[in-house]
Amino acid sequence: MFELNIQLLLERASFELNIQTRLPAKGIHGILGASGSGKTTLLRCLAGLESQAIGRIDIGEKCWLDSQRKIFVPTWQREVGYVFQEASLFPHLNVLGNLKFGVTRVKTTAAQSALNEAIDLLGLEHLLKRHTAELSGGERQRVAIARALATRPKLLLLDEPLTAVDQNKKNEIYPWIEKLKSELNIPILFVSHSIEEIARLTQHLLILEKGQVLCLGPTIDLMSSLETPFDFGDQTSVLIMGQVHDIETQWNLAKISFEQHHLWVENRNFSLHQMIQIRILAKDVSLSLYQPQDSSIQNTLACTITGVQQNLNAHQSLVQMECGSSKLLAKITKKAFASLNLTVGTPLWAQVKTVALAH
Amino acid sequence: MPEVFFDSSTLAAIGLSLQLACVTTLVLLGVATPLAWWLSRRASWLRSCVGSMVAIPIVLPPSVLGFYLLVALGPNGPIGHITHMLDLPSLNFSFSGLLIGSVIYSLPFAIQPIQNAFESMGARPLEVAATLRASPMDTFIHVVLPLAKPGYVTAGVLVFAHTVGEFGVVLMLGGNIPGKTQVISTKIYGHVEAMEYAQAHWLAAMMLIFSFFALLSLAGLKKHPRQTYV
Repeated sequence: MFELNIQLLLERASFELNIQTRLPAKGIHGILGASGSGKTTLLRCLAGLESQAIGRIDIGEKCWLDSQRKIFVPTWQREVGYVFQEASLFPHLNVLGNLKFGVTRVKTTAAQSALNEAIDLLGLEHLLKRHTAELSGGERQRVAIARALATRPKLLLLDEPLTAVDQNKKNEIYPWIEKLKSELNIPILFVSHSIEEIARLTQHLLILEKGQVLCLGPTIDLMSSLETPFDFGDQTSVLIMGQVHDIETQWNLAKISFEQHHLWVENRNFSLHQMIQIRILAKDVSLSLYQPQDSSIQNTLACTITGVQQNLNAHQSLVQMECGSSKLLAKITKKAFASLNLTVGTPLWAQVKTVALAH
Repeated sequence: MPEVFFDSSTLAAIGLSLQLACVTTLVLLGVATPLAWWLSRRASWLRSCVGSMVAIPIVLPPSVLGFYLLVALGPNGPIGHITHMLDLPSLNFSFSGLLIGSVIYSLPFAIQPIQNAFESMGARPLEVAATLRASPMDTFIHVVLPLAKPGYVTAGVLVFAHTVGEFGVVLMLGGNIPGKTQVISTKIYGHVEAMEYAQAHWLAAMMLIFSFFALLSLAGLKKHPRQTYV
């Protein structure tokens, strides 16, 4: 499997991007970081839109940048797809014209089929004749994604493509992006400041701080680790992969099993044995030393404390537990932590108030 | 219809004005395109200098511009030398001379709307086109020019109207020779000199109406602002 090798240095008056990393050339890589941490600049460097950037970029066999050998492949000769924060559709062309713009410039025989695939993949068939001004925000972004995809890029860069889109429309676009992951065999870099999007869409996570890589790893691991030097805040959570084990149509609930444990979640037309990823926010988990009886909370998991982060804030601690081989995080008050006499190794019961579906 | 319209020299003046305006517009849209593009790129000392130089005809009295051009194109001027060496006829008192004067005189009216159009579209459309495999020239033709169309329309109308309305430069360079370098504005001047006020009135009124409609058409264009680039 080929890799994405990135060694970049870009010096600006008040900012320096300095990144050395290698990414597997498959799946969706989330890029997270505070504003000004260099997320967009990194994508722009990869696309060749920052002519001052020096270093080296290799994507598989191809070299896009090698300052030592004085190689700088201009943007239009890099096989890159870029979806900007605003859809940036060409206003002088209709939807089909926008989609065709890139395709006609790629000199491959399969151009037409790539275009048709992109139209299918993003569900744009009925919009082709529309003028760009007549599209909703979600539709514009789908057109922008399809336009980039139709050129069959070797690397797809998504720069907060959902920022300008309201929540309902986001839910409309998520499935399309998930589909990209499963149907395309190219790496996708997805910049976002939304932990929810990162949790839902990405397999790998690259966290930036002040133009440098703060940490890098599988999303599922970085989110559940106490060592990750990034404050996810309210969105601190874990991701658990489970299988639909039972469906109670009467209550519209589905039983999701992972190892010997299970959780009940809202049934969203699941089928039995389907694999789904669920997300549990640390603030939605409470702890009890005894198995709760007669509680309205249906989901209780037996677990053992594996770690504690006390320096979260003045009044809360972040407790990490093991539930089988899955990790669980709970945000509880320091007072509760002390009065329950908790310590690493304590067995206890975690009550999970709500379970969100990651995808 | 008064006899003034049947006067062959009047018809010739109107024809010459229109011909001059058409050719000037065509030449200027061509000349202004690369210049406006260059000026619309990142600001620099040289660009500010050239930008100011190009705008000079707006503030300079046309007679000053006409005078310098007359000298430059004349037998002892640098351009006159060249035409003489190449065994070409003098540019002064000829259509070509008028054209050169008109092009320089109306240059800012072509540059500014086009430059504004280039600047207002920002870098984004160019970046998008590049990520869609369009080379810089390809991008210019298929993205920049279509997006700058309103700027070109404005430039075209302004240059055409401004050229029809010019007086000082054509008088200096052309010398108001009937049938050769006499245009509407200099014809009116001739009528007034000869105390032919009725004829002057008709032509002047025609110019007034033409100018009004030229500006009205521009206002109409502005009412339909170009699509925002989202």
